[in-house]
Amino acid sequence: MSAITATQRPAGNDYAPSAAEIARLREKARFVRLETIRLIEIAKVGHYSSVFSAAEIFSALYYDVMELKAGEPTWPDRDRFLMGKGHAAVGLFPILADLGYIRKDVLDGYTRLGNPLGDHPDMRKVPGIDFSSGSIGHALSAGAGMAWGGHASHRDFNVFVMLGDGEMQEGQVWEAALFGAHHKLSKLIAIVDRNGFQLDGAVDDVIGVEPLDAKWRAFGWETHVVDGHNLAELTALLRRLKADETRTTPACIIAKTLKGKGVSYMETEPGWHLGYLAPEDAQRAVAEIMSREI
Amino acid sequence: MNAPLFPNGPQSANSWQYRALNSANPGLNFLSDALLELVAEGHPVLAGSADLQYSNGLNKFAAQHPERYIQFGISEQNMVTAAAGLATTGHMPFVATFASFLGLLCCEQIRMDIAYCAQPVRLIGHHTGISLGFYGTSHHATEDIATMRAIADLTVISPADGPQLAAAIKASASWPEPIYFRIGRGREPDVYAPGTPFVIGKAIEHMQGDELTIIACGLPVHPALEAARKLNAEGRSVGVIDMATVKPLDREAVLRAAGRSKILMTAEEHNVLGGLGSAVAEVLADEGCGIKLVRHGIHDEYSLIAPPTHLYAHYKLDAVGMEEVARAALARI
Repeated sequence: MSAITATQRPAGNDYAPSAAEIARLREKARFVRLETIRLIEIAKVGHYSSVFSAAEIFSALYYDVMELKAGEPTWPDRDRFLMGKGHAAVGLFPILADLGYIRKDVLDGYTRLGNPLGDHPDMRKVPGIDFSSGSIGHALSAGAGMAWGGHASHRDFNVFVMLGDGEMQEGQVWEAALFGAHHKLSKLIAIVDRNGFQLDGAVDDVIGVEPLDAKWRAFGWETHVVDGHNLAELTALLRRLKADETRTTPACIIAKTLKGKGVSYMETEPGWHLGYLAPEDAQRAVAEIMSREI
Repeated sequence: MNAPLFPNGPQSANSWQYRALNSANPGLNFLSDALLELVAEGHPVLAGSADLQYSNGLNKFAAQHPERYIQFGISEQNMVTAAAGLATTGHMPFVATFASFLGLLCCEQIRMDIAYCAQPVRLIGHHTGISLGFYGTSHHATEDIATMRAIADLTVISPADGPQLAAAIKASASWPEPIYFRIGRGREPDVYAPGTPFVIGKAIEHMQGDELTIIACGLPVHPALEAARKLNAEGRSVGVIDMATVKPLDREAVLRAAGRSKILMTAEEHNVLGGLGSAVAEVLADEGCGIKLVRHGIHDEYSLIAPPTHLYAHYKLDAVGMEEVARAALARI
């Protein structure tokens, strides 16, 4: 689909994932979608479509790009991940279990009384969650603090912050954007999940945020627009941004995605921001996810 | 004053400008000096401010440790959340701005990102209460004790003066929780000698009163002591407790005072709703103490415009006013 646009330097092919790597990442994205359906069946309500737009971003970050140690969620040099759109946590918890940060039986108790896993990620309760979220607009500030702190501690970790496109309406995001550029936080990488929808409708109908790439560039961030479901493009770009030692600014990826990607009727109906699939419908959704190549 | 640098600039020694005036205010040095001491002791201190480094005196710290100072600009919410991020990487961030901005504008960031995430950030809310005088309501903080003490896992300390602030900051080095420090504008008369030790959570009982005990925090401690001394010289029996740690409240000290005195009075530069007076009232109600309590402070209103000293007189938060309120309390015994 769309190519990486407006890059300041040639992308080259050095960072391109192999066919086998892409196939593996695709399976992991499928795993995220399937687990999301399974976990939401426990809660009987959840944010399917917010996870589905971000499934490839989760997969590329956690299974390729981020420096992590399985079973060691507090390793000080790990790359950090924060999510402004904390309501997509149900897609992240299965990954944390997969990495050995949380036990499988804990995952299976999602949202039940006393379980650490709720609709939003909680760093006090869940190993592997680098920062809590739930109130939209805070995450980029927290990530900026981590990037500043890492630099001051002579640690080399990257800080990836996934933001919703509706989140662009929060003023604090732009405070953090100014701060990140001013202090040259080159280890800070924002990823905007530009799935186009928020609770009350299309983002551009609610309070428009375009031209989004121009805004981030104007705020001093190296900005890229990418197809957020194209694992080859997305992974190559993330690898390159992570490896780039010459950049003196933070970077922003605007990942163009489809809300609900993977389940056809969710892709056309924004009401699925929050919902529940009864078991027979969940089975049909699973069948579609299993049969579709994204 | 030195000879004017600019022949066309102000010639009078009575003219002044913000940076020079504030840099010459020793009351503003306590914050920087305390942080410099913590750095010297090896603590991983970082300091941040939101375009107010000459108001809180952090310019002194910044000059000595530029690598430990973070300028946030006029972005208080970003500063508070970023401080939480900094704390996750092992640093001990102190971030400062006007108390009105921390206690209200940044209330949610303090709750969600600092207290709920259990990040040991130190928040410095300066120029609290009505100390900004005719700058007006936007710059007054008369609700910050109420908001901050309602946030779980957050300690609230309201020092009476610079030396107590310095001692409290020193004591905070080993305190595991995040802390909201509520401080004045650096021109308060000193109650304590430099180096007086401070224990977080422990009230300081200055004098015991069989008739009345005044429980105060922050700037009103000094006038409360003056008023008590005057009344005691007349043969009355008035005690004073400095309740610098508003949370966790020293409940035992409240109960001791309730057991000894016939009436209690709280004094705070804050709305009487939700602040120290409310905290003391909660203890008295919890324990079934049938004692009268006079809550002195700002009575659920926005302060008038006036120079700070005029406001303190108007709201009876100076020594004369405090004495008047205490006399009225004694008359109710």
